[in-house]
Amino acid sequence: MLKDYFKTIFQAIQSLFTGMKLTGYYFTHLKEIQTEEYPDNRATLKMAERFRGEVIMPHNEDNEHRCTGCQACEIACPNGTIKIITKQEVLADGKKKKRIDSFIYHHDLCTLCNLCIVACPSDAIKMGQTFEHSVYDKKLLKKILNKPGSKLMEGVE
Amino acid sequence: MNLLGEDIVNENGEFVINMGPQHPSTHGVLHLKIWLQGETILRVQPHLGYIHRSIEKMSESLSYRNFIFATSRMDYLSAHINNLACALCVEQGLEVEVPERAKVIRLLMAELTRLSSHQLWWGSTGLDLGAVTPFFHAFREREGILEVIEETCGARLTQNYMVPGGVMMDLHPDFQRKTKAILKQVKEKISEYHELLSGNIIFQQRTQGVGYISPEDAVSFGMTGPCARASGVSCDVRKWYPYSGYEGVQFDEILETGGDCYARYQVRMKEMMQSVSIIEQLIDSIPEGEIQAKTKNVLKLPKGEFYQKVETARGELGVYIVSDGAASPYRVKYRSPNFSNLSAMSHMAKGAKIGDLVAIMATMDLIIPDIDR
Ligand code: SF4
Ligand code: SF4
Repeated sequence: MLKDYFKTIFQAIQSLFTGMKLTGYYFTHLKEIQTEEYPDNRATLKMAERFRGEVIMPHNEDNEHRCTGCQACEIACPNGTIKIITKQEVLADGKKKKRIDSFIYHHDLCTLCNLCIVACPSDAIKMGQTFEHSVYDKKLLKKILNKPGSKLMEGVE
Repeated sequence: MNLLGEDIVNENGEFVINMGPQHPSTHGVLHLKIWLQGETILRVQPHLGYIHRSIEKMSESLSYRNFIFATSRMDYLSAHINNLACALCVEQGLEVEVPERAKVIRLLMAELTRLSSHQLWWGSTGLDLGAVTPFFHAFREREGILEVIEETCGARLTQNYMVPGGVMMDLHPDFQRKTKAILKQVKEKISEYHELLSGNIIFQQRTQGVGYISPEDAVSFGMTGPCARASGVSCDVRKWYPYSGYEGVQFDEILETGGDCYARYQVRMKEMMQSVSIIEQLIDSIPEGEIQAKTKNVLKLPKGEFYQKVETARGELGVYIVSDGAASPYRVKYRSPNFSNLSAMSHMAKGAKIGDLVAIMATMDLIIPDIDR
């Protein structure tokens, strides 16, 4: 009885040392360190290329985007995150065409599910790799993705 | 007197305390009311609903393409597998044939998810029982797996990668190489896991013989997953009702007979190795081809009822869809594994010491958002 008692105490100390040995190993082998020193490594930190941080609308150097205003993304979004306001525009040849006025994106509602990107028939939107989105005012998360004065790219219908 | 003005000791001389909803070892917002006699637990009553988001009701207003994303938020550690269950259920109604490549990708992702989920469980179990080191070791391997998943799916936890008819994107070119590397690492480090925790005498004494549940009780409480298999109940959906290509891979259903916390621990440790072996069988033979079957733009299920069950990291998840022929489900019901497993807790904890309750909860691996949905 008493022997068992001391035996368990001895075993407990023994298994404590087994664990400590492993901890000690990692303590002395600095090559095995896996942690990153965020935010000090901001300059070198690279997210995966498919990482979903926010919905963005790429523009080319002439301030043109590919969004036709078809609203497929708005319908595909499960949260009502996207709101597209369209307007009628008179083109050079006198024809009237539907164009986007503003592409409103509520970042605070977005679950980053990628369904809008998949739904877009003209590849107008994609996912951006940014991730530091916290702000003090919720209103700042309501974004208009088409830049001021931007136009539809030639040849996108 | 407590804050509500009730006597802490009730008329039968029982001491009533509350654990949670913000207790660190309830892993979420689970609230347990515990009746004690001295240090011995008389009964435990879980109070639910703190994180109810009405996912089932929400699904009924969304289209068949859209409702899948919400299931990532039920059992968030098995997000891929939840998504898979919904996708399979919708496919069952649409009667589409999923391409072989998509099937294999789905299996790979499901098993990677299971592996990472069990690793997180292992770390947090150690933490709950007073060992901090396992947590860091577990997160090291889990991080590797999540990186592989992130590279292909774009997200680490709520991936939303399964779509009706296949998967959303093709595999990343680095997927095979990185997966093999992480599998090698996991296989090497599992021995470290055993060295750190499984062999530790303090851990063993805190788990062996604690929280026993007999196979009969496990069945009558509707327990599934590793918790039931630790009592010797054979209930692996992957074996009994194979789905999505599980019929083609070799793996063992892990059964233990102990029925206590230590048995549940052992089941999960061995399941990790089975997941590794499943991934190894598939990783070199991913067939070429399409990743999505052709489906209509607006999905409509025929009138009727559809049910699909899958094995998540915690047990059997059932998705039940009633369709009235419209573009969104008429009724959706999820049978979540954690809810049924939780119901057995009071039975398991009866007669145990209050400190053992933490061990019981840790080895049951409860995910609270899955209970409340
Ligand atoms: S990522 Fe999902 S939630 Fe966000 S805008 Fe697109 S569809 Fe909506
Ligand atoms: S982003 Fe794409 S889907 Fe959305 S309105 Fe523009 S073109 Fe249509």
